[in-house]
Amino acid sequence: MIRRHLPVLVTLAVFIVGYLICLAQFPSFASTRVIGNLLTDNAFLGIVAVGMTFVILSGGIDLSVGSVIAFTGVFLAVTIEKYGLNPYLAFVLILGISALFGAAMGFLIHTFQIPAFIVTLAGMFLARGLCFVLTTDSIPINAPAYGQITDIAFGLPGGGRLTFIAMIMLVTFGAGIVLAHYTRFGANVYALGGNRTSAQLMGVPVGRTTIRIYMLSSFLAALAGIVFSFYTSAGYSLAATGVELDTIAAVVIGGTLLTGGYGTIIGTLVGVLIQGLIQTYITFEGTLSSWWTKIAIGALLFAFIVLQRGLSAASLRTR
Amino acid sequence: MTEQPQLLEIRGLTKGFPGVQALDHVDFTLQAGEIHGLLGENGAGKSTLIKVLTGVFKRDAGTIRLDGQEIEARDPADALSLGIGTVYQEVNLLPNLSVAENLFIGRQPHRFGLVRTGEMRRRSEELLAGYGLDIDVANPLAAYSVAVQQIVAIARAVDLSAKVLILDEPTASLDTHEVETLFKILRDLRSRGIGIVFVTHFLDQVYAVCDRITVLRNGRLVGSRPIAELPRIELVSMMLGRELAAEALHRNQRREVTGEPLVAFMDYGKRRLMEPFDLAVRPGEVVGLAGLLGSGRTETAKLVFGIERADSGQAFVGGKPVRIATPRDAARLRFGFTPEDRKTEGIVAELSVRENIILALQAQRGWLRLIPRRRQEEIADRFIKLLDIRTPDAEKPIGLLSGGNQQKALLARWLATEPRFLILDEPTRGIDVGAHAEIIRLIERLCEDGLALLVISSELEEIASYSDRVVVLRDRRHVRELTGSDVSANTIMTTIAGH
Repeated sequence: MIRRHLPVLVTLAVFIVGYLICLAQFPSFASTRVIGNLLTDNAFLGIVAVGMTFVILSGGIDLSVGSVIAFTGVFLAVTIEKYGLNPYLAFVLILGISALFGAAMGFLIHTFQIPAFIVTLAGMFLARGLCFVLTTDSIPINAPAYGQITDIAFGLPGGGRLTFIAMIMLVTFGAGIVLAHYTRFGANVYALGGNRTSAQLMGVPVGRTTIRIYMLSSFLAALAGIVFSFYTSAGYSLAATGVELDTIAAVVIGGTLLTGGYGTIIGTLVGVLIQGLIQTYITFEGTLSSWWTKIAIGALLFAFIVLQRGLSAASLRTR
Repeated sequence: MTEQPQLLEIRGLTKGFPGVQALDHVDFTLQAGEIHGLLGENGAGKSTLIKVLTGVFKRDAGTIRLDGQEIEARDPADALSLGIGTVYQEVNLLPNLSVAENLFIGRQPHRFGLVRTGEMRRRSEELLAGYGLDIDVANPLAAYSVAVQQIVAIARAVDLSAKVLILDEPTASLDTHEVETLFKILRDLRSRGIGIVFVTHFLDQVYAVCDRITVLRNGRLVGSRPIAELPRIELVSMMLGRELAAEALHRNQRREVTGEPLVAFMDYGKRRLMEPFDLAVRPGEVVGLAGLLGSGRTETAKLVFGIERADSGQAFVGGKPVRIATPRDAARLRFGFTPEDRKTEGIVAELSVRENIILALQAQRGWLRLIPRRRQEEIADRFIKLLDIRTPDAEKPIGLLSGGNQQKALLARWLATEPRFLILDEPTRGIDVGAHAEIIRLIERLCEDGLALLVISSELEEIASYSDRVVVLRDRRHVRELTGSDVSANTIMTTIAGH
């Protein structure tokens, strides 16, 4: 029982220790302002990481999410600013387009048995390319609706703010947890990651589930893109490069096995927060280059993959 | 008995693959409340029969009726919904999901789209209690032994309204106690009117639990008989396809090789794999290992060569105790091993004949001390000539050679390392008659050169013709060692049958 939750517990311990270290050095880490910002700054990463967790749980990978985020931003900027589309209608449109995009990738992966890596790599180039087709400039979004949405926030005691986009992220995590652990779809995702052939023999609808997984991932990437556009108030073709890798890192640090079948959504939340914490620490420190974030993430990622290898080897031995 | 309605009735089932007729007009019937053993050696067609029945393969001809209705399963899931459940030796469940989820996946009790986990666990516990299993169903399946996993798989198949339950070698990785538990469950299911097809290689288990058996050989039906009226010797002769007959082949002079053994294994064994055995081979001696498929022949070879690590006993080479924990240890002691499955475990198909031949020698020297190219060519050419390997030149990819020549190249690989002790697992499997005789002559020549040989073969005549001694195996045990004039196909066969 404890072994089963060990990766998540280790992640949680890393977060708590990290937080305490930050707190010891900078007492203001205890303020709701810092915590609120931590959630807001990492909202888009958290949202896309929920989708990525489902993908990795099923034994797949989705490299297209960063490009989908950028495409979403560019699409919104162009349709709202150039063509005067209602922002809310634009949101619905881009969510639908992205869901179709993901469904198409899932369809290809399942029907032709092509590795997800290849299909989503192609999807990554395609979505990034489409950004440049729409525009090569960074287009600011000045629609009034954007101002209204970003103004929504709950004041927290101590001067912090729980922003609307942070709330979207938390709701996404809540929905993800329910979907993963309390629905048949969730069980099917774990089943695919456990053993695809067995799952098929046991009557799991493999094709339908695969398509839905990638559909969900692209849908959440578009949602993350919308949130990202609130955050930056602009759409830019080169935005969110490498976010797919940050996302995979957050999922793995969150205790999900890259080979699929084992992991939790809540772990991913902690994984995202650890990345945010390192970023915040480096900002507070002031003298360190922000690239130190990458180095710290790299070291953590390595440590977690070694831990996972060790755990799976240990569980094989006891069988 | 015949007027009883058949639960499952297969008539004239035929299935061919390119180059092989896997099933040739096979009939098979199963009654409700019957445990029916399906037997046959390698390539007999048992697994093809099961795969056609469960929709993995499409049949070429024939009919399958279940409860009088003609059926054609599209895939195993469809077969299950029709009422045919299959449990494999390698349990086909999901180790990462909980026991309860494994039992109920796809049909979890739910409300408002949400799975009712508590309800699912309660029903799982109830279900498993019927099989005498009291475990925490919230734990992942991987936390439990193979035996428990198999019971879960059976419970799942039966609960999905299986009328026919197919068990494909379920006992191969279970210990005696677990087998007993499984049999109790099978008898219980039989009394509930379920028809059970039981595929196994263990003759004792066939007699312990089956009501009737059907034997297949080379894709054809040999016969279907009630077990109570069938003496063991007849069952074995049905499986092997030979009658007790006058000896046809004899080695010209059977020698009694004396002297100190080169290699000896005392009380050597591994739990769940092989009962402890004693085995000794002298220089210049050929020891044959005979038995049915699954009797422990290959397992013995793997233990001796360190592919499986023994957990009891001691190995000796030249009278001195040695440790053989890995194939590297064995190679260092100058052992050689040509495996049964040439294609997947032996040759590297894309590499040239030369590269395949020098592989073991190079590995022995270590990869840092590369054998000079000219020396490699010398070695390859020498063995190509010596063993008469038919290839245009040493640089041809070995995958393009015929089976017999691949086998010879594999032999060359080990001979290049100048071994003292060579293990050959089915050296003549799947090669044509001419090459067959050549390999046998080669074996005899090798032992004249003072090599100690351990040879595994299903061909009884063949093994009797070149072996100085034959160890007969049954149900993962070395049951008897035949020497001198006892080394004959007839004696081997009666010993396999156990009477």
